[in-house]
Amino acid sequence: MPVYNIIQAVNDALRLEMRKNPRVVVLGEDVGRFGGVFRATTGLQEEFGKDRVMDTPLAEAGIIGTAIGMALYGLRPVAEIQFADFIFPAFDQIVNELAKFRYRSGGEYPAPMVIRTPYGGGIRGGHYHSQSPEALFAHTAGLKVIIPSNPYDAKGLLLTALRDEDPVMFLEPKRVYRAARGEVPEGEYTIPFGQAKIVREGQGLTVLCYGAMLHVVMEALEKQGAAEFDPEVIDLRSLVPLDTETILESVRKTGRVVIVHEAQKTCGFGAELSALIAEKALLHLEAPIVRVCGLDTPFPYTLEMEYLPSPERITKAIADTARF
Amino acid sequence: MRLHIMRPMKKTVAGSPASSPSTQSPVPATDAADSSPTSDAPRFPPLASDEVPLLKEMYRQMLVIRRIEEACAKAYAQGKMGGFLHLGIGQESVCVGAIAALRPEDYVIATYREHGHCIAKANASLDVCKAVMAELLGKSTGISKGFGGSMHLFDAKTRFLGGYGIVGGHVPLAAGVAYASKYRNLPEVTLCFFGDGSANQGAFFEGLSLAGLWKLPVVFICENNQYSMGTPLYRTLAVEDVTERAAGFAILRDRFSGDDVLEVRRRISAAVERARTEFVPTLIEVETYRFRGHSISDPGNYRSKDEIEQWKKRDAVVIARDRLVSAIGEDEIVSLEAHIKAQVQEAVRFAEQSPAANPADIWTSVYAQPGTDPRKM
Repeated sequence: MPVYNIIQAVNDALRLEMRKNPRVVVLGEDVGRFGGVFRATTGLQEEFGKDRVMDTPLAEAGIIGTAIGMALYGLRPVAEIQFADFIFPAFDQIVNELAKFRYRSGGEYPAPMVIRTPYGGGIRGGHYHSQSPEALFAHTAGLKVIIPSNPYDAKGLLLTALRDEDPVMFLEPKRVYRAARGEVPEGEYTIPFGQAKIVREGQGLTVLCYGAMLHVVMEALEKQGAAEFDPEVIDLRSLVPLDTETILESVRKTGRVVIVHEAQKTCGFGAELSALIAEKALLHLEAPIVRVCGLDTPFPYTLEMEYLPSPERITKAIADTARF
Repeated sequence: MRLHIMRPMKKTVAGSPASSPSTQSPVPATDAADSSPTSDAPRFPPLASDEVPLLKEMYRQMLVIRRIEEACAKAYAQGKMGGFLHLGIGQESVCVGAIAALRPEDYVIATYREHGHCIAKANASLDVCKAVMAELLGKSTGISKGFGGSMHLFDAKTRFLGGYGIVGGHVPLAAGVAYASKYRNLPEVTLCFFGDGSANQGAFFEGLSLAGLWKLPVVFICENNQYSMGTPLYRTLAVEDVTERAAGFAILRDRFSGDDVLEVRRRISAAVERARTEFVPTLIEVETYRFRGHSISDPGNYRSKDEIEQWKKRDAVVIARDRLVSAIGEDEIVSLEAHIKAQVQEAVRFAEQSPAANPADIWTSVYAQPGTDPRKM
């Protein structure tokens, strides 16, 4: 079985689906001959031609708006937004147009498409190459929000996204784009949306995380001694739809919860998870829910490791919660 | 230093300043001064015999749209409709003339002032009138099952791709639809309508940019009704000729008055055929006027009575009627008008008697499989 990093897994999924479905087209800044700023679309234009892999101007609203038009028609566009931070010029298109089509047309006009975008910090990208906007999209009814943490999931989830009947925001953790490597089966396989993965079973407490933060949590367990508290680590993989069953089952078992994400704490997705647990499993809790998140500041450059949840912060939160 | 925003001394001239021949208009644009609101109503030559049935049909469609919108205003005043209502009364010749240039398989995408476009794309049939009225009244029989309302009509059957409440936001969508037609090698054209207000939006430029870059079968039609909401053109456009924006994108341009619906159809037909056969997009500006305010709650006090009266002399519906009466006599027209009145009454009756949108359907159509929505839990 080949060993891929996340970029190679994304590339593999795109290539397989493009071979199978002529309606799949890829568009974005530098995605053609250049192969994408992170090389996720390498070789696709060579194989599928300029009509299916299109370099666009630097115009995110135009990219997403045009892709929506293609999707309305019945194509399956995959729009790449070079960095998640650049998605805001297209925010109107995503929130006001894309997310609402099926609903506002009484079910007549779905606009299934995939928006791929690398997100997150940890690469010293500073203000405009580091942000994690997932909560903004999870807050918008009509979108699905998917965040893989490893190559195997990236390929399987992206193939599901390419066949899904709804618009999918596919956020790729660029901090571990190349660092996260693993065996990836050749050929097609899909991973259903809405199924979290229990990465480590445990009895002591529940740790909820996704994307690049999974790797920081595992570092806390393996190198900072957090494993002694026997945490159950859950990789959500899919924020919308959310696997509430797996989350609640784990919380009812452990009674203690730590939520980790790198987006800012206030109104981050962890707030939604906290509310869900409070609503559905309050009487099972033996300790307050704890969130370990990015700080409520703009993304700092040299101090990004202060901003981002670190293995140390996570270990302390796990220890405090376990001992509460 | 205090800056004064002044109306240009002279209106911008039509000739394209672009050096590339590909961006020059094949049709000389009308000198705006010829069609200023203060000039007398233009005179039109007698109709040729083959123009009579064409104009009669377009007159029928324009009048259906006007009567439907008058019925909308009435229903709104009676409290039967909520939210916002933007009427296009006075602008009917643009949507009717333009859509008459299309084939049924072509696509139309429009603004929040889109009742006319939706109706014209369905040839102003009784069915579409019923479905539009029902939508405005929020009924389950509405064209979007009561989930859209006035600004958000959709009609899959006729390839009407909707009205859009975000000014200019739909322009790149038109480019995408046109791309898909070209990609699938189908001879379809997309007409994208927008107002003069859209011409300042970023998404408008991004859509034009891609259409020009990828040579897409799309025609962009600016319905210039002289006002961005309540602000006149000269306060919002540094260059009042919207079609000059085409020069930067290798897009052809044309600009003319909407007074004569036959002329609208003729000029837009040429652009549609260029788009269909040569993949050359065109940016068109049609000069028109809305007799009502921006929305139903806007009395339009920023315009003088005299200005409105001058424009009424250029009302394309009245002009079409006068020309038809001259050609075929009044009886046939009066009979047509009676038929239209009955059609609109039936549409209103249908809408009023239809059941309201069903609360049980509130979760349907958010996602393909309604049960997957976590917010429902």
